[in-house]
This record gives sequence, structure tokens and C-alpha cells, in this order.
Amino acid sequence: MIRLENVHKYFDDRHVLKGINATFLPGTINMIIGASGGGKSVTLKCMVGLEEPDSGTIWFGDRDFHHLDYNGKQSVRREIGMLFQGTALFDSLTVEENVAFPLRMFSDLQEAEIKDRVNHCLERVNLPGINSKFPGEISGGMKKRVGIARAIAMNIQYLFCDEPNSGLDPLTSRVIDELLLEITQEYGITTVINSHDMKTVLDIGENIVFMYHGEARWAGSGKEVVQGRKDVPELDDFFRASF
Amino acid sequence: MASRAQLFSEVGKFVLFMQRVMKRPTRGRMFWRSLVYEMNLIGVDSLVIVVLISLFTGAVSTIQTAVQLTAEGGILPPDIFPMEVVGSVVGNGSLLEFAPTITCLVLAGKVGANIASEIGNMKVTEQIDAYEVMGINAANFVSLPKIIAGLIMIPCLIILANFLLLYGGAIACKITGMLTVDEFVTGIRSSFTPLYLRLMLIKSFAFAFIITALACFEGYFTEGGALEVGEAGTRAVTRICVFILFFDLIIAQLFL
Repeated sequence: MIRLENVHKYFDDRHVLKGINATFLPGTINMIIGASGGGKSVTLKCMVGLEEPDSGTIWFGDRDFHHLDYNGKQSVRREIGMLFQGTALFDSLTVEENVAFPLRMFSDLQEAEIKDRVNHCLERVNLPGINSKFPGEISGGMKKRVGIARAIAMNIQYLFCDEPNSGLDPLTSRVIDELLLEITQEYGITTVINSHDMKTVLDIGENIVFMYHGEARWAGSGKEVVQGRKDVPELDDFFRASF
Repeated sequence: MASRAQLFSEVGKFVLFMQRVMKRPTRGRMFWRSLVYEMNLIGVDSLVIVVLISLFTGAVSTIQTAVQLTAEGGILPPDIFPMEVVGSVVGNGSLLEFAPTITCLVLAGKVGANIASEIGNMKVTEQIDAYEVMGINAANFVSLPKIIAGLIMIPCLIILANFLLLYGGAIACKITGMLTVDEFVTGIRSSFTPLYLRLMLIKSFAFAFIITALACFEGYFTEGGALEVGEAGTRAVTRICVFILFFDLIIAQLFL
């Protein structure tokens, strides 16, 4: 479980996160939704450690991430996988080398074991047989799936996805959504997805946080979001604009 | 005032960046693999350009020196110096200036721009962020193999360039017949100064560090998109050239 307590973040004099409180549950698709500029990406970056909050606490289980020492932070990071908006696959490495990268970096597995694990992960995301291709040689949807395979190569506890459907056609978007849901439930990991795709929210969102101008304006389950929009005009506007 | 503050801020940023770079690599095996790859990229891939530049610079400097010393209407009356002087001028010039400085200015364009654009591209496509999220010190992982590879390969290229410069000069002697190869070689040998060789080596390590470290720095702090990646490459080359010439002057002042 991840818990955000009163998280504030400033960029110079711009107050971009205004006391965010949220809880993200394990084995569940947690979603941060909202329009661009609402603070979704900064929240995600604070959670994965790419940004340091100016105040507040981010708990990974019972560990206060930003107040851990170097080794403590590293151990949390080893439990984190991330799917970036642009996939962030390493261009100079093949698909196999990309997925194997965290294993070669952090595990003591032998090459044969690494190869087995890579093949397992690629099969899990329905991409067998593309091991020797480079990221530049595969489609956007395949890149996203390789990104997921790389994220789950280590036995992660937390999966963060930044706009997993951006730049994908509706059909491929659904494939990615279903894959994320399956992996979350299968491994029992805490998945946090940052999205403004309401179709994804309605399809797989189980625990939703709606952000507006740096504030967590609404939180609830996926089923409650349709009801919730009646109480929060900004959520209603966002909801209606999405369809 | 603002530009002075900006200068200090840039220097501080560079020092902090180098502090992150000069750490023990997370995984030795991965570091060695990257180091070999970078040595190939910086050293072997630069061979052709270094060979060409050195041979031609050696030949041209030999011909021009010989013309200055022998031609009617030159700077001195003809035949006032023995022809061996051409060898000593080109030999010492090669050690002191041509081999280290010209080679490194060329490498600034080839290696420096390449490193800055590569890391800049990694930055704007979130690959650097991906390393950080995995718990890898990205500055160290991406830059240290390049800097160490530069410190190994660039001095080797400069030593090679020095030999090729002299070889180019000898070829020019043979082709033009302005002086004999024996006169040229005697001139080089008679005026050889060990201090100049040491200076060449000092310059080669200093310039290798400037090329690789500045290129990594410029690339690492790229923000934006493709346009900014290109700008980072250009900025890196410009800054490297200025710093090479500046440190060339400092080293000359300190040691000569």
C-alpha cells in the first residue's frame, strides 16, 4: 500500500501540489486522473523519487520513502517498476537486453536464468519471439508491452504507469488496460496509473483520485466516479469533456 | 551581474554533477561492458579522421615551414638556416600544439557532439529517469564509462597523431624534394625535448577530460525535445573548443 499524507510541492513560487492525501491499495488498479497541468505527473514523480516533495510524507507500506537513508531508498526502488509515457526503452539495447537490464543490474542470476525470466516476461505480455528486435523496429503498442515486461522483470511490489495509453489506438489501448489489470491481480502489486482517458477509468479503475489545480479534489472507487461527478463540478466537466 | 551569477551557478552545477559521476559504479560487470563499448566508439571510430587530419597537417606544416625558410621573398634570406630546422620546427610544433590541440579540437566536434546528443536524447526520452527510478545513479552509469574511455583512448589517439604528423611531414619531404627525409628526421631528433613530450601527455589527459566531461554535462541537463538535443550538441562543441584553447594557454604559461 502507498499512502500520501499532506504532500506539498513548489516549483519556484508555483505551488503545484497543495497538500495531497491519498491511499493506493495493493492488488488494485489505482488511478490518478485529471486534466493536464493538474499535478498528476508531479504526484507520480514524487512517488517514484524523481521529485522531492517540499513537505508531507509518502509511505510505502511502513517506510517513509523520502526520509529513508540511501540504502533504504534503494531497497524501495528495487520494488518499483515504471512504465513511462514514451516507454523510455533503451534504444541501443534489444528488447531482450531491455527486459534483462534490471536483472543484470540487480540480481545474481546466471545468464541462462536471466534468459528464462526475460522469455517468461515477454510471453506474459504476449510478445514472444521479438527478443532480438530493437525498440525502433517495433510498434508503439509493442513498446508499451516491452516497457511492462521490463517493469515486472524484477519481483516488484509497486507499478507506476504514466499515461499508458497515450499515442495508442483504442484497440491497443484496451489491450494494454487489460494487461495491466491482469498483471496487477496476478502479482498482487500496487498499480498506480496516471491517466486522462476516461474509458480506461471506467474499464479498469478501481480506486480513483481526481486532481484539479494541484489538489486531490475527489477520491473514490471506480463505481462511484459516475455518482461523484454530480458532487464535484470540475470532475463533471472533465467527465463530460472526455466523451 | 546576472551573467556572473549564471557563471557561478553553472560551475556549481558542474561540480555537483561530477560529484555524482565520480562514484563507484553500481555493477562492475555492466561498467566494464560499457567501458569497452565506449572505448571502441571514442577510440576506434575516430581513427580515420585522426589519421587523415594528422597526415595532412604534418605535410602542410612541413611544406609551409620549408617555404618560409627557403623561398626568395620569404621571412628570412634563403639558406641562412640548415634544412634540419624544418624538422625541428615541425617536430616540436607537433608535440606542443598540432597533435594535442588540433586533434582534440577535431574530437570535440566528433566525440563531444556525439556524447552530448546521445545523453541529451536519453534525457528527453525519459531513459535517464528510467535509470533513476530503478535506483541507478544515472549520471554515474551514463557518464563515467565515457569519461574513463576518453581518458584512455584520447591520449592514445594523440600519441598516434604525433607519429602520423611526422610521417606526413616525411612524405611531404619525399614528394616535394624541398629537403631530404634524412634532414627532416635529423632535425626532429636533434631538437627533441622530453619536457615537450610530457606537456603533450599532460594536455592530452586534460583535453580528454574536458571533451568527455563537458559533453556529458551538456547532454545530461538537456530539457525539451529534438531541437534542444541539437542545441546541446552545438553548445557542447563550442564550450569544449573554448576550454581546450583556454587550458592550452594555461598549460603553456605554467610549464614553458
